[in-house]
Amino acid sequence: MLAAFPHAMPVEGLIGGLGIGVAAALMLLGLGRIAGVSGLAARAAGIAAAGSPRGIAIAFVIGLPLGGWIVALMTGGIKTEFPPSLIPLIIGGLLVGYGTRLGSGCTSGHGVCGMSRLSPRSLIATAIFMASGFLTVALMRIGGML
Amino acid sequence: MKQFLVALIAGTLIGAGLAFSGMADPARVQGFLDLLGNWDPTLAFVMGGAIIPMAIAWIVQRRLARPLADAHFSLPETSLIDRPLVVGAILFGVGWGISGLCPGPGLVNLAINPLPALAFVAALLAGMIAHRVTS
Repeated sequence: MLAAFPHAMPVEGLIGGLGIGVAAALMLLGLGRIAGVSGLAARAAGIAAAGSPRGIAIAFVIGLPLGGWIVALMTGGIKTEFPPSLIPLIIGGLLVGYGTRLGSGCTSGHGVCGMSRLSPRSLIATAIFMASGFLTVALMRIGGML
Repeated sequence: MKQFLVALIAGTLIGAGLAFSGMADPARVQGFLDLLGNWDPTLAFVMGGAIIPMAIAWIVQRRLARPLADAHFSLPETSLIDRPLVVGAILFGVGWGISGLCPGPGLVNLAINPLPALAFVAALLAGMIAHRVTS
């Protein structure tokens, strides 16, 4: 089936995903907390009123680029393709920031931690943000923006 | 100190996993969301791979009186499906589709593509602040 998608990286995806899951398990079993990036980032930046202790949030957030940097060093660079303009990044960033706070989570908190817990809130949130993402990109595709 | 180290290791492992799996690449994430285009299923493998250890962790969690490095569990207990959850998820999905980035990959990219990542992360924090001041 995957022969139809030669650009896909199922093996790297699965290995990277397992790493993400083990890390989220470490947060849950070690610190008793959800590894939700949006919540921890808001907490680290002093934006969220409640949540993990700030030091824990800051340590977690520092780890994210650190992990990316280590993989880039070990693999000789990570291939990325960004939009040619900063505008979609800024509009996207504003919506992601506002939306994840309003909806209490993002791909990591709702998608990984909540879905694996079979949390009804997270199952609904993930279904909605996935559907919303599919629809947004379909409209961009139809509108000739991709 | 031990708690900071656990959080740092968890963050680093998530950052490494996102980078290794191709999820730091906005074009690849957009490719997953692009059902009408050249669809890229990689994100589904990442999600599946991450959910397996976490599902096991939840089973273990039920048997623990407290986490290994803290006094008690601090977990969300609400199961209310309310309007903020739905509207927030819709807005997040739109922003995710437009940029190809969610918070984790945005922060990971600070080490890989500092300039565009900084634009995204600054806007991300501005959006979070906007929510804070209006709620």
